[in-house]
Amino acid sequence: MNRSTIDLWVGVFVVLGIGALLFLALKVGNLATFSSSEAYNVHAKFVNIGGLKVRAPIKSAGVVVGRVADIRFDNESYEALVSMNLDEHYQFPRDTTAKILTSGILGEQYVGLEAGGDGVMLKHGDRLRLTQSAVVLENLISQFLFNKAAEGKDAAK
Amino acid sequence: MPFAQLREHARGRLERLGNAVTSNVWRLGFASRFLFYMVLHSGTAMRRFRLTIAEIYFAGVLSLIIILVSGLFVGMVLALQGYETLQRFGASESLGVLVALSLVRELGPVVAGLLFASRAGSAITAEIGLMKATEQISAMEMMAVDPIARIVAPRFWGGVLSMPMLAALFSAMGIFGGYLVGVQLIGVDAGAFWSQMQAAVDLRNDILNGVIKSVVFGVAVTWIAVFEGYDAVPTAEGVSRATTRTVVTSSLAILALDFVLTALMFTGGKAA
Repeated sequence: MNRSTIDLWVGVFVVLGIGALLFLALKVGNLATFSSSEAYNVHAKFVNIGGLKVRAPIKSAGVVVGRVADIRFDNESYEALVSMNLDEHYQFPRDTTAKILTSGILGEQYVGLEAGGDGVMLKHGDRLRLTQSAVVLENLISQFLFNKAAEGKDAAK
Repeated sequence: MPFAQLREHARGRLERLGNAVTSNVWRLGFASRFLFYMVLHSGTAMRRFRLTIAEIYFAGVLSLIIILVSGLFVGMVLALQGYETLQRFGASESLGVLVALSLVRELGPVVAGLLFASRAGSAITAEIGLMKATEQISAMEMMAVDPIARIVAPRFWGGVLSMPMLAALFSAMGIFGGYLVGVQLIGVDAGAFWSQMQAAVDLRNDILNGVIKSVVFGVAVTWIAVFEGYDAVPTAEGVSRATTRTVVTSSLAILALDFVLTALMFTGGKAA
């Protein structure tokens, strides 16, 4: 086989290989979701984080605005300290509420942000003071049962 | 004297064991020095890049067909099997995630590496071994041409450069196969297939780690292939044994390295 044919085929091969990588990066991996853009870090304390994991999405109004960077246990307040990286493009007021929510009935847990009314925006290193913990199924059920029991008692009277 | 006989017997056993260990350690050391020397003397392979291009042709382009066809079929089978399981939990929309993650993280690099070892690795070993058997390598040394720089290094770099591209093509082809079966044949919603896949597959954690895996496998396979060829006993039997050893050793190396790399990369995001 002569040189130019080999060169041609190697060229085709390299183009195909790079094309496959680009396909994986763009179409499969979705490069567009801010893995490249700047992020700022805020943290929040939760009484219970349920099944929240590192790298879980942070959503506001259903739009992904960041990722959970780190989860630790705070030894002083006995609460979970969740550190979050938020995309620089999205600014939130300082009194934003963070809730731990679940997508779907068996879905993964994520942090939902609900903007407050403060004029001052969150900065890097700030702490979200208003938080709402994950709903733990057992607590929910026991609450429901207690309510039912209480209702039953009222009805018996 | 049964006792003396027993002692002799035990001594023979121990000697054989010791010999096996030393010769293996010696070979490992030789292989490491070989790799070191080869990387140091890669100047020719880079300066006369045409040599490496020819090897990319032999290792990469000629492996294209088997890689593309296998990738397509692996993806299609994944989609069929994955759908069976996922639809029991009413999660058939996650088919794209299943296909893409299994391919990009594991099957792409591993299966492409195994195919590469048997398709290109064995060919490299046979070629170098035969060159040694027909004394072409000695002839080069006589002409003061360094056979490692002229023969071995271009094959090594050709293989190392080809492998990540083959693995990426395998994954891309597999995802396409999964799309064909999942969306076109079974009728999973195309939007859910792609969007769930894009939401779940991470560029750095999944795709980049897959590429790193394929680079590591490429280095391992080609290193084993060129070393076995260069170290082959220069007879017909020796070359055939070396070729078999290349396929066996590099397949085992791929699987073992895959376990190590997976343990390092995907430990539930704790390490990251």
